[in-house]
Amino acid sequence: MFANRFLAQRQLGTKRFRPSRRMFLAGTAAAGAGLTIGFAVPGANAQAPAAAAAVNPFGAHIRIGTDNTVTVLSAHMDMGQGAYFGIATLVAEELDAARSQLRVEGASGNLAAYGNVAWGGFAQGTGGSTAMASSWERYRRAGAICRAMLVSAAARAWNVPANEIAVKDGTLFHGPSGRGATFGAMADAAAAEPVPQTVSLKAPGQWTRIGNPAYRRLDSADKSTGKQQFTIDVRLPGMLIAVPVHAPVFGGKLKSFDAAAAKAVAGVVDVVTTSRGLAVLATNTWAARTGAEAIKAEWDQTGAETRSSDAILASYRARVDAAGEHVAASRGNADAALGRATRTLEATYEFPYLAHAALEPLNAVVRRQGDIVEIWGGHQIPDLYAGLAAQALGMSPANIRMHVMKTGGGFGRRAVTDGDVVVEAAEIAKAIGFRAPVKLQWTRETDMAGGRYRPAAVHKLRVGLDAAGNIAGWQHRIAAQSILIGTPFEGGLVKNGVDATSVEGAADTLYALPDLRVEITNMVSPVPVLWWRSVGHTHTAYVMETMIDEIAAATAKDPVALRRQLLAGHPRHLAAIDLAAARAGWGTPLPAGRFRGFAAHESFGTSVGMVAEISMGAGNAFKVERIVAGVACGTAINPDNVRAQVEGAVGFGLGAILREGVTLDGGRVVDTNYDGYRPLRIDEMPKVEVHIVASTAAPTGIGEPGVPPVGPAIANALAAATGKRVRLLPFEKGLST
Amino acid sequence: MKLNINGRERNLEADPEMPLLWALRDVLGLTGTKFGCGIAQCGACTVHIDGVPSRACQTPVGTLDGAKITTIEGIEDRVAKAVQAAWTKLDVPQCGYCQSGQIMSAVALLRDNAKPTDADIDAAMAGNLCRCATYQRIRAGIHEAAKSLA
Repeated sequence: MFANRFLAQRQLGTKRFRPSRRMFLAGTAAAGAGLTIGFAVPGANAQAPAAAAAVNPFGAHIRIGTDNTVTVLSAHMDMGQGAYFGIATLVAEELDAARSQLRVEGASGNLAAYGNVAWGGFAQGTGGSTAMASSWERYRRAGAICRAMLVSAAARAWNVPANEIAVKDGTLFHGPSGRGATFGAMADAAAAEPVPQTVSLKAPGQWTRIGNPAYRRLDSADKSTGKQQFTIDVRLPGMLIAVPVHAPVFGGKLKSFDAAAAKAVAGVVDVVTTSRGLAVLATNTWAARTGAEAIKAEWDQTGAETRSSDAILASYRARVDAAGEHVAASRGNADAALGRATRTLEATYEFPYLAHAALEPLNAVVRRQGDIVEIWGGHQIPDLYAGLAAQALGMSPANIRMHVMKTGGGFGRRAVTDGDVVVEAAEIAKAIGFRAPVKLQWTRETDMAGGRYRPAAVHKLRVGLDAAGNIAGWQHRIAAQSILIGTPFEGGLVKNGVDATSVEGAADTLYALPDLRVEITNMVSPVPVLWWRSVGHTHTAYVMETMIDEIAAATAKDPVALRRQLLAGHPRHLAAIDLAAARAGWGTPLPAGRFRGFAAHESFGTSVGMVAEISMGAGNAFKVERIVAGVACGTAINPDNVRAQVEGAVGFGLGAILREGVTLDGGRVVDTNYDGYRPLRIDEMPKVEVHIVASTAAPTGIGEPGVPPVGPAIANALAAATGKRVRLLPFEKGLST
Repeated sequence: MKLNINGRERNLEADPEMPLLWALRDVLGLTGTKFGCGIAQCGACTVHIDGVPSRACQTPVGTLDGAKITTIEGIEDRVAKAVQAAWTKLDVPQCGYCQSGQIMSAVALLRDNAKPTDADIDAAMAGNLCRCATYQRIRAGIHEAAKSLA
């Protein structure tokens, strides 16, 4: 069953991964070819991206119903970031569809139609803030092609020239004859029209939906009335709910168990083993959960992580005192420059593991009917998961149907290299012989203790300054666990021992630092780690942007002016910086007790400048009052959604720096619910203003780039107020020591 | 046992210890009320019990004899309509998973306080987590609803 292997390539962490077709053709040889990765989906059909030309968007990307609905089939899943609406906007713009007739569904299983263009088209997936970049040409073109086919069908039906037909809001008109038809009335005829090979797209001046802040999302009403369906809401006749029991430490394996008490719980119908432990199946979630809590299990902890998070981080701290294992970036001669420096700034930073803590705990639903297995879930990489589920089930991926659901948050947690909850649900369904549909529902505790955290990291920075206050040498050591080493994807995305997701934002800094060396040491632990909204930038931006601020303070320069000086040649980045500074009134006097801090960072192709304004209370107590962001993301397809994403990113980033952190004690996760692991709540949310740099360039990411500058902007404001540099995260820990 | 849900008497066959959340979702098929934590920390499961916002995940059904329960599917007075209209107008939701609970808390706030300040809103809404951090728009949505009701 492994003979027919499908090699796909992917990236999730950064825009800089550019898989090429040559690398694809090189197959597994691509492993050594750069920042690319070949992954094998067992048994999947080989399908080259070159087949893209053969895709008919009328059907593959857009379905027009005789009921006059226009259904957009989305290549990207929506975890709240608004990808569905962005893609629908692109289609509606070129198709001239009415907003009221638009629907969006998740699609999968057709690489030529849905492969992520920004990843080179070699895999379908959502991640790295690429949904709009990937969809920009594809879905506008799809809209234009379908529009042309509708016009052509109308011209044929009415026996009039196509160029006399106008299209407006889902209706076709022929002025001279007074004839008209809805898209729905012309849908069947249009589907039979030849697919035009060339179409022209509207010029920016013709857009009425793209870039229009009054053109609003499609799903707000359903999400305000309880009607929006998530995976947790899937209900099928006879369905059983499975709640899992996992090892209490990472790397633990099931040794023995006693399920008698669990089976005695009313409603519990079965207890099965999985590759990760056990699952209790019941007729309702409460019974399954009660049963899971009644399981008595013994776990083999050989090779498991049994250290505390403090001990893990202490080992990282010790490691950065010595030279790093691998050099991630080297320019000029950092050591020589540091040797000539008249002053040296030295600082060590510590970052904890962070949990995604999305509100919908992980889940998946599996049903077999005849030869077909259907899987509902937040499938961020659907074809990969279908292949992995097929492998677990010993069947062909051709018989798997994936239902891509909207999810209650995500932040990276549902993009996994091993199928995770999807494979676990498939194992459980198989274990009961598919006698009922199964919904695997993790509890909050399973979710929080389930690992796949933002890697913990320690950075050590040595920066030299010459007599004139210029930077003379930049030595940057990072100790962090790699997201990709140890996964099946290590071969492709890790080059010379450097996992780009560990060093992005530092090794590729935009600052003019002629003598720079960035070193990485890959720390090892059974604690699974994963991309967490903005990935490596979550820690590198904090280090870079607080150090730039520290240098400005040490050399009596204005922090914005220093950045401008070091960023000549990056006009787009400077535009974001200037917009944020101008709108925040940078440099103007503040009321007593108020302080500002500045940070700016580019990630996923988007630059965000940010000014934080804080008010000081007693001691170190402070409140973030206001955040002003300047955003350069190319064309803002949905400007209000760009604002929403950055507003949310501010709350997400602020919660993390204030008090988030996964603590391990004897290898066990201490805080497994929201009482101990505390994301931001409304009473700490600052006022956020988001300003967008006007542009008609191709769109770049917006789901993630708002996160990296939040922490350093606030840390810099706190330094302006108190002189204190917080280098031990979260602040709750760093300010108390 | 019988439960009064959204103005209707519903027969329920369930363990009296079963939290209302799971009775609503798994037994009665009312899935608008969401599971987030199970320990009354996130507010995703907020419903009204005799008009008071309550966490369904910590309310055993056996304690609800004679109580009037309202879920997101059943709120329909003018305050609720105003809140839902404001949420839609301002595009408050991102993922939307917590928003049923947010709206149930917001409606209860506005019934008690027709013109809440930001501080009132923060106090009333601090029990409802939003991991997408749509808090700024939640505040704006409540002000917008208050304005439309004035």
